[in-house]
Amino acid sequence: MSGHLIDLLGWSEVLAGFVLWLLSLPFRLVSWIVNSIGSTPRNPLDDFVGWLTGPDLTAFVAVIVAVNLVLLWATAFHLLIIMWIERKMYSRLQDRRGIMIGLGSFDILRRTLGRIPLIGRPFRRPSHLGTGFLQTVADGVKLFQKEVITPATADKWMFHAAPVMIASSTLLLFVAIPWSDGFWIMGSPGADGPVNPYGILVILAAFGVAPLGILIAGWASNNKYTLLGGMRAAAQLMSYEIPLVLSIIAVVFLSRSLDPFAIVRDQSRLLAIGGVTVPFLPNWYVFHPVLWIAFIVFFITIIAEAERIPFDIPEAEAELVEGWTTEYSGMRFGIVFGFKWLRALAGAALIVILFFGGWDGPVFTTVYVPNIATLGVGTVPVPILFQEFWFTVKVYIVFIVFVWIAWSVPRVRIDQILNIGWRTLVPLSVLAILLAALARGVNWL
Amino acid sequence: MGPQHPMTHGLWNLRIKVDGETIVDAEPEIGYLHRGYEKIMEVREFQKNVVLTDRLCYVSSITWSHAYCLACEELMDVEVPPRGQYLRVITLELQRIASHLMWLAAYGPDLGLLTALLWALRERELFLDLLQLISGARMNQNWPRIGGVRNDAPPDFDQYCRKVIAHFRKKMDEYANVFEQSKLFQVRTVGVGRISREDAMDWGVTGPNLRACGARIDLREMDPYDAYPEIEFEPAVARDGDSYARYKVRMEELKTSCDLIERALDKLPAGPYRAKQPRRAEGEAFRRTEDSRGEALFYVIGDGDDRPYRVKIRSPIFSTMFAAPLMMRGNKVADVVAIMGSIDVCVGEIDK
Amino acid sequence: MAGDGEFLAALRDRFGAALRDLSLVRDRVIRLAIDRKDLVAVCKFLKEKFDVEHVTCITAVDWRDHFESVYHLTSWKRNVMIQVNASIPHDDPRIDSITPLWNGANVHEREAYDLMGIVYDGHPNLTRILLPKDYEFHPLRKDFPQELDRQYVSRRKIGGG
Repeated sequence: MSGHLIDLLGWSEVLAGFVLWLLSLPFRLVSWIVNSIGSTPRNPLDDFVGWLTGPDLTAFVAVIVAVNLVLLWATAFHLLIIMWIERKMYSRLQDRRGIMIGLGSFDILRRTLGRIPLIGRPFRRPSHLGTGFLQTVADGVKLFQKEVITPATADKWMFHAAPVMIASSTLLLFVAIPWSDGFWIMGSPGADGPVNPYGILVILAAFGVAPLGILIAGWASNNKYTLLGGMRAAAQLMSYEIPLVLSIIAVVFLSRSLDPFAIVRDQSRLLAIGGVTVPFLPNWYVFHPVLWIAFIVFFITIIAEAERIPFDIPEAEAELVEGWTTEYSGMRFGIVFGFKWLRALAGAALIVILFFGGWDGPVFTTVYVPNIATLGVGTVPVPILFQEFWFTVKVYIVFIVFVWIAWSVPRVRIDQILNIGWRTLVPLSVLAILLAALARGVNWL
Repeated sequence: MGPQHPMTHGLWNLRIKVDGETIVDAEPEIGYLHRGYEKIMEVREFQKNVVLTDRLCYVSSITWSHAYCLACEELMDVEVPPRGQYLRVITLELQRIASHLMWLAAYGPDLGLLTALLWALRERELFLDLLQLISGARMNQNWPRIGGVRNDAPPDFDQYCRKVIAHFRKKMDEYANVFEQSKLFQVRTVGVGRISREDAMDWGVTGPNLRACGARIDLREMDPYDAYPEIEFEPAVARDGDSYARYKVRMEELKTSCDLIERALDKLPAGPYRAKQPRRAEGEAFRRTEDSRGEALFYVIGDGDDRPYRVKIRSPIFSTMFAAPLMMRGNKVADVVAIMGSIDVCVGEIDK
Repeated sequence: MAGDGEFLAALRDRFGAALRDLSLVRDRVIRLAIDRKDLVAVCKFLKEKFDVEHVTCITAVDWRDHFESVYHLTSWKRNVMIQVNASIPHDDPRIDSITPLWNGANVHEREAYDLMGIVYDGHPNLTRILLPKDYEFHPLRKDFPQELDRQYVSRRKIGGG
C-alpha cells in the first residue's frame, strides 16, 4: 500500500502553533514592557502566554484549523471540480460542448499574458474550445452578488436554519471521512495506523441529518411546491437510510470493524476467497461475489440519498420548479445546491472506502523532496503515487458513473421510489446480510 | 400548476384538486395567449392571412397555413396543380416530423430524461434545414398559397431530402431504444392517463391521441386531400389509450412520415405549382386536415369582398385539453406531467 | 356517393318542413339549415340514426340581422360530415345546448358564448374561456369596433373601389 502525502493534523498543528504564536505577540510585548518597568520577573501575562502557546490549546486549535482546511478544500477544490466534471460530461452526453469559459475568454488577459510564449498558452485558447473551469467560479461570483431574498411569510428562524443544517451535516461528513492515512481529523493515532472505532457509524449519522434540514427548508418556505418537495425528500431519504445501513452490515461481516481505516487496511492485502489466494487482485470487497448484492443495493441507495436523477423527484424541475430549494436565492441557494453535490461526493467516497479499497493503490517509486517544515533541511519521501491521489481518482470515477446514470434515464415517481426502497431494496439488503453471515459462518471469507 | 410552470409548454393554467397525492379533479384554464385571430383575419385579405395562420401553432406551422389554404380553395373553387399538391404533401410530412420531434424533445425532460431534449432537437435541425431549403425560413415559413405553393423546390431538394430521411431512419431506432429500453420510462407511462375510446370520441379527441385508443381514424386516409389519395400508407394505431400508447403512435408516425415523403418524392410530377386565385370570394366553405395533433378545421365565409367575412379555426388540442381531466383522475400529481406531455399541447392553437 | 342519397332522403322524410336548406356540398358532406328550435331534435336524430359521435366544431357567425350557430358534426363510422346552420334572431341570442348529447361540444359552445355572446341553454358551465372572466364585451360581433390599420387597406379600397 502506498503512503500518504498530507499529514493533516500534523500540518494543522504547525499552522495552529504559528497562528497562536502570532496571537501571543501583543501579549508578549505588553508583558515585556511590564517586566521591564516593574520588578517582578514573572507576571500573569506570562502564564497566559504560556497557556496560549502550550500544547493543549495548540492541539485544540489544530483541530479547528484542520476543519477549516477541510472546508476550504471541499468547496474550493472538490466542488469546483465536480461541478466542472458534471457539466462538461453531461454536455458531451447531449452532443454539445458545454461550459467553455476559460482563461482564454478574457480579452485583456489574451492580449497581455497571452503574449508570453510558453506560460501564455492557456490564455490563447480559442473561445469555442475553452475548458470551462472558470464557469463554475463565475457562477459562484454570480450567486454571491445576488440579492438574498427571504419570503415575507416564511418562518424566518427555520428558513435560515435549514441551509445551515444541510451545510454543517455535509461538512461533518467530510470531517468524518478520511482521505488517506494522514488526511483525517476524526480518529486517533494507533499502532498500525490511525484508529477510529466507530467511524462508519458517524458517517451514516451525518448522512441522516440532512433529511431533517431538507424537510425544514421545504416547510419553512411557506410555498406549496416546496412543501411537496420537502415531504417527498423526507420520505425518500428516510426510507433509503434503511437499505443503506443494512448493506453496510453485510460489509461489516467481512471487515469485522466499523473503522474506515481498518476497512481500508483490510482491503490492501491480496484477495483470498475460500482459502484460494488470487495473486494480482487486492482484497477490495467489490471482488467478493458474496457482497455483490450489497454493493448494488448500496450503490442505488447512495444515488437516492444524494437525490440525483433517477431519484430526484424532490427537485423535479418539470413539476416543482426547484423543489424544496425554490425560495432560496443568492448564496443561500448556492450553499444548498453546492452541498447537495458535496453529499453526492461524500457518498461516492463512502462507496470507495467500503468497496473499492479506499486509498489503496500501488506505489511505483518514491521521490525525495526538500522538507518545507524544516525550511529545506532534510528530505521527505513522497510516494508516487500517493494515497490521496488514488482515493481522489477512485472517488471521481464513481462520481462520473453517477453523472452518467443521471443523465441517461428518466425520473422515477415518488410512490415508485418508495416502492423500490421498501419492497425491493430492503429485502435485498437483508438477503445480502444473510449471505455474508453464511459465508462468515462457513469461514469462507 | 401554472401559468408560469416548467411543465406547461406554453402558457396555460391547470387547477387540480388533490387528495394527498392522488388527483380527484382537474380543470384547465386557457386564454393567456389569446390574440384575437378570428377578428384580425376578417380585416386582412385572403392571401395575407397565411402569414397569420402560420403562427397559430408555431411548432407545426405549414400544416395550419395549408389547412387555411385548402378551405379558401374550397371557397374560391380553385384547383391546385399536381406538382403543387405533391410539394405540399412533402412539406407537410416534413413539418409533421419536426413537430413530433419537438414533442419528443419536450416529453423527455418532463419525465426527467434531460438528454432527450438535445438529441431530438439535433435531428429537428436537419428537418428545419430542409424546410429552409424549400421555403426560405425554418419556422413560420409563409409558404403555402391559395392555389398551390409560393415557389418551387430547388433542384437539389430531392437529394438532400432523401439523405436526411436515410440518416433519420437510423437515428429513430436509437431514440426509440433510449426510451423504450429504459424500464423507468415504461413504469412512468404504461397505464398512466388511460382514456377509453368511447370517451375520447365523445369528448372530441382526434389525431394521434385518438389513434392511441385503438381507433384507426386518420384524416389523410378517411378524407384525403392534395396528393394523399395517390400515395398509400398505413396510419399508426395503438391499443391501450395510455401515455405509452400515445408515445408509440407518434414514434410510429415518424416512420410513416418518412415513408410518405419518399413515396411522394418518387412520384413528384413536373409542371406548374400554383394556380391563380380570384381576388374576391362569396359563399362558405370548410375543410379539415390531419394536423400533427389531430383534426384541424377551417371554416371560411366570404361575402363578395376580398377579405373573409368570418374565419373559424378549429384546433385539435382545444378539445383534447378539456378531455385531459378524464385522463388525470385517479393518477398522482407526478403523473400530470407525463399525461399532459403525451398529449402534445401547443397553446398557440388553443388560444388563437 | 350512394349513402349520401339515403342520408338526404331520411332527413327530408323526418324533418321536411323544418329544413330551410338541404344539400350535398361535396362527396360525403351534407349541409342543413334549420331554425334554432329544431336543433336538439335534429341532433338527436343524427346521433341515433347516423352514428354521429364527434362534434368537430361549433361556429358562431354574426350576419348583422341574425346570428347563426354552425355545427360541424362528424360520423367516424360512416365517414360523413354534416354541417348544420341554425339561425338565431339577433335580439334574442339563445339556443339550446347540445352538450348533453356530446361532451365535445362543451368547449366550443363556451368559446362561441365568450366571443359572440350567444347563450347556450342547458350548458353545464357557460363561462368565458378565452377572455378574462370579467370582460364585458363580445369581440367577434360586427358592432365591436375593428382596429383597421391603414397600412393594410389600399387607397382604392378606401376610395370605395
